[in-house]
Amino acid sequence: MALLDVIDLSVEFPTRRGTLRALERVSFSIEPGEVLGVVGESGAGKSLTGAAIVGLLERPGRIAGGEIRLNGERIDTMPPEAMRRIRGRRIGTIFQDPLTTLNPLYTIGRQLTETMQTHLPLSDKAARTKAIEWLDRVGIPAAGQRIDAYPHQFSGGQRQRVVIALALCAEPALVVADEPTTALDVSIQAQIITLLKDLTRDHGTAVMLVTHDMGVIAETADRVAVMYAGRIAEIGPVAQVIRHPAHPYTEGLMASIPTLTHRANRLRQIDGAMPRLDAMPPGCRFHPRCPIAIPRCTAEQPELMDADGTRAACWVQAHG
Amino acid sequence: MFGFIASRILQAIPVLLVVGFLAFALFTYVGDPIAIMLPQDHTEAQRLQLIHDLGLDQPFIVQYWHFLLNALHGNFGNSYRMAQPVLTLIGERLPATLELAVTATILAFAIGVPMGVYTGINRTGWLSRLFMIVSLIGVSLPTFLLGILLILCFAVWLGWLPSFGRGTVSHIGGWWTTGFTSWSGIRSLILPAITLGMFQMTLIMRLVRAEMLEVLRADYIKFARARGLTNRSIYFGHALKNTLVPVITVIGLQFGGIVAFSLVTETVFQWPGMGLLLVQSVSSADIPVMSAYLLLIALVFVIINLIVDLLYYAVDPRLRVRR
Amino acid sequence: MKARLARAWDSDLFYGFRTSPVALAAGLVLLVLIVAAAFAPFLAPHNPMDVASLSLLDSFKPPVGMADADWSNPLGTDNQGRDVLSAIMYGLRISLAVGISAVVLAVIVGIAIGLASGYAGGTLDAVLMRIADVQLTFPSILTALLVDGVITVALPRTMRDAVQIYVMIFAIGISLWPGFARTVRGSTLVERNKDYVLAARVIGVRPWRIMLFHVMPNVIGPVLVIGTLGLGLAVIAEATLSFLGVGLPPTQPSLGTLIRFGNDFLFSGQWWVSVFPGLTLILMVLAINLLGDWMRDALNPKLR
Repeated sequence: MALLDVIDLSVEFPTRRGTLRALERVSFSIEPGEVLGVVGESGAGKSLTGAAIVGLLERPGRIAGGEIRLNGERIDTMPPEAMRRIRGRRIGTIFQDPLTTLNPLYTIGRQLTETMQTHLPLSDKAARTKAIEWLDRVGIPAAGQRIDAYPHQFSGGQRQRVVIALALCAEPALVVADEPTTALDVSIQAQIITLLKDLTRDHGTAVMLVTHDMGVIAETADRVAVMYAGRIAEIGPVAQVIRHPAHPYTEGLMASIPTLTHRANRLRQIDGAMPRLDAMPPGCRFHPRCPIAIPRCTAEQPELMDADGTRAACWVQAHG
Repeated sequence: MFGFIASRILQAIPVLLVVGFLAFALFTYVGDPIAIMLPQDHTEAQRLQLIHDLGLDQPFIVQYWHFLLNALHGNFGNSYRMAQPVLTLIGERLPATLELAVTATILAFAIGVPMGVYTGINRTGWLSRLFMIVSLIGVSLPTFLLGILLILCFAVWLGWLPSFGRGTVSHIGGWWTTGFTSWSGIRSLILPAITLGMFQMTLIMRLVRAEMLEVLRADYIKFARARGLTNRSIYFGHALKNTLVPVITVIGLQFGGIVAFSLVTETVFQWPGMGLLLVQSVSSADIPVMSAYLLLIALVFVIINLIVDLLYYAVDPRLRVRR
Repeated sequence: MKARLARAWDSDLFYGFRTSPVALAAGLVLLVLIVAAAFAPFLAPHNPMDVASLSLLDSFKPPVGMADADWSNPLGTDNQGRDVLSAIMYGLRISLAVGISAVVLAVIVGIAIGLASGYAGGTLDAVLMRIADVQLTFPSILTALLVDGVITVALPRTMRDAVQIYVMIFAIGISLWPGFARTVRGSTLVERNKDYVLAARVIGVRPWRIMLFHVMPNVIGPVLVIGTLGLGLAVIAEATLSFLGVGLPPTQPSLGTLIRFGNDFLFSGQWWVSVFPGLTLILMVLAINLLGDWMRDALNPKLR
């Protein structure tokens, strides 16, 4: 049984000008211990998916359909108190900007012990000891002294390490990491990703890694889901998706990444732009920009279908 | 830390000097002290003599210097209207104003902060809406009108509380007079304190609410929720602490507002405080009192600002980092 | 022009206004009050200033609903037989006139200083903002009181009554400018670094033109909000000063003055002379504040 099952999840935003569908029947699952990457452009719906899973959709957004199951149990319809107990304890979260994610007025030790004591039966002393252990494990030097320091006394990279510690300290089975390295210096990014990879592997924690950086995905993920305009365009094992993408969008993405092995005069790009939520094209959402579109693409929206090692939502490349 | 205090004090001095200058200019140039102090049928020689005695023929700077020296010793001259030393007058009135102001501030805090927190957390809900309506009326109600309405209701129609004066006061410590020692003193304090505190209370409530709403939208609150922290620790731990930091400044400055609005309240309730003194001196052009008041108020504000800065420093760890 | 009106009607701001019952109600109340004030000479049933029309026989008539009342004086009369309703309407004129003028003064001064300070930066900015800060630590009512007191004393006695209303406007306006200046300065600082300003500077547009025609339209939003709320403050300030007796002379009574007159009669039971002007004042300021609050929420980009 999968750890996390997302089945036909739809998220919508009622606005004055009509209801906008931000996520349209998104389905995927995550096995225990695996790392699923979720890539896509800004606005494709990656972060929304993560928010919906932990029940933190911002108003007026709401879940309009589908199911989310954790170990078989439905969590999208849970009452708030039950959901609260799941957050942190069974699903951890890492956000993008370590500068604003930590409360500036609390010591990091306090933030750690508070999180642990909310979910685990620990005495103050035990919690503090564990907090120091965690700081050590994420690579904060002199953890014993630094535990009483405030967030502004750390560098950006160190803060994100603290955030990782906070996400993992209640020992969840799944971590949703929403762009964990985007706000960091390039030199730090690699360190953070390695840290995340090592820690989750050691604890057997599954990761849903949301990012727009394909390089990180290639390094870290087992499988990857490519999102476009609120739907999953393609999903499959990382190596397969990268080297033999089935969906034309994925293909365009991979081709647009500059590489050192290939001489070229111009960067390849996909013409056009992702459609706005209130101006979705009928049928397949990618068809206006697709080089291999056929008439069927303008009429019917494709579901994920088998395509040579991966699953893709494409009438041309995949066969249902 | 000491550098911080020292720099703040240094900044305050020019402000005091400027205000002192204004007060002095007021004292010297506006109104004519000579004409007031001389009898009707004075001779030119007497006038010149008086000018010389008062040192008014000295150069401007010298006069200013004397003024400052005198001020430091608490000598502001005599009130035109009451023919008493200004300092004595102020000393008589100060306890009344302070007792009223402090009571009103405590009231404003004690009601305003919880109300603000409640309406910040429960944005919708009938009690919140009720509080918001009350606060809106509180802001739109001029202080004097509230006082009048309260008098009408509780003193005239219901006869429960006295409508003017301070009740029975007793002297303590040689100079201070307090109304807290007598039941009539306390009863007299109720309506004025509510009147004075109302505006501040609504201001505090709206501020706390606004800050609370702002804070609850912050990323660290989102992260706290994502870690599964209880509502209690999110609202009363994380959110409240971050809310209070900016609120502290304003509350500190609000005390200044209370001192100012005490003017109006004292007038309505005939409360024998400094505010009433100022109003009387403004309408009778009693310059020495006005200029002394100006200087004193400036001093009070500077001190309050300093205290607020110190409080800020104590509460927000980010300020303690000095590069 | 029609197209512009149509666009404005459909804009988010106006839509919010149309559909918010609170904003509509407040706007309506304000409109009624303004009309009553502006057209008082034509609309008021009596002229309280016209001494000849007064008769002591009419004095202290109670408002409709109590004994001895009649509809010719629906809100009662005062100790000299003046109709309270008419007095309120005329008083509204003064109150609104002073309030609006004071706010306009404060806005003009505030915008000028704020733009200059924000755009120029450096020492000018530091000095101006220090002055504003110092003044901001004093409550505006105190500043207004002191300025009013000083100027009144400084003027020769004969001139006082005539110019009192201008002194009041000046005093209240002066007490309110720092708030505007600070806000405008803040917005100017933000805009100053934007590309369109840079472009204008590169082309060689003179600084004051940039400030006036390019930057100012973009900082108007917060000014509107503060202006509306400032109007409420100004009206209250004027009423308070008049009530304290340091405001307008009795020949031009504002609502505050009326309340002061009536205060003496509270204990003898003729409460209506004070209370009705008071209620009008509350209503007006309430409407202004509601409108200002709504505007603040509507224009706040973060809440959209």
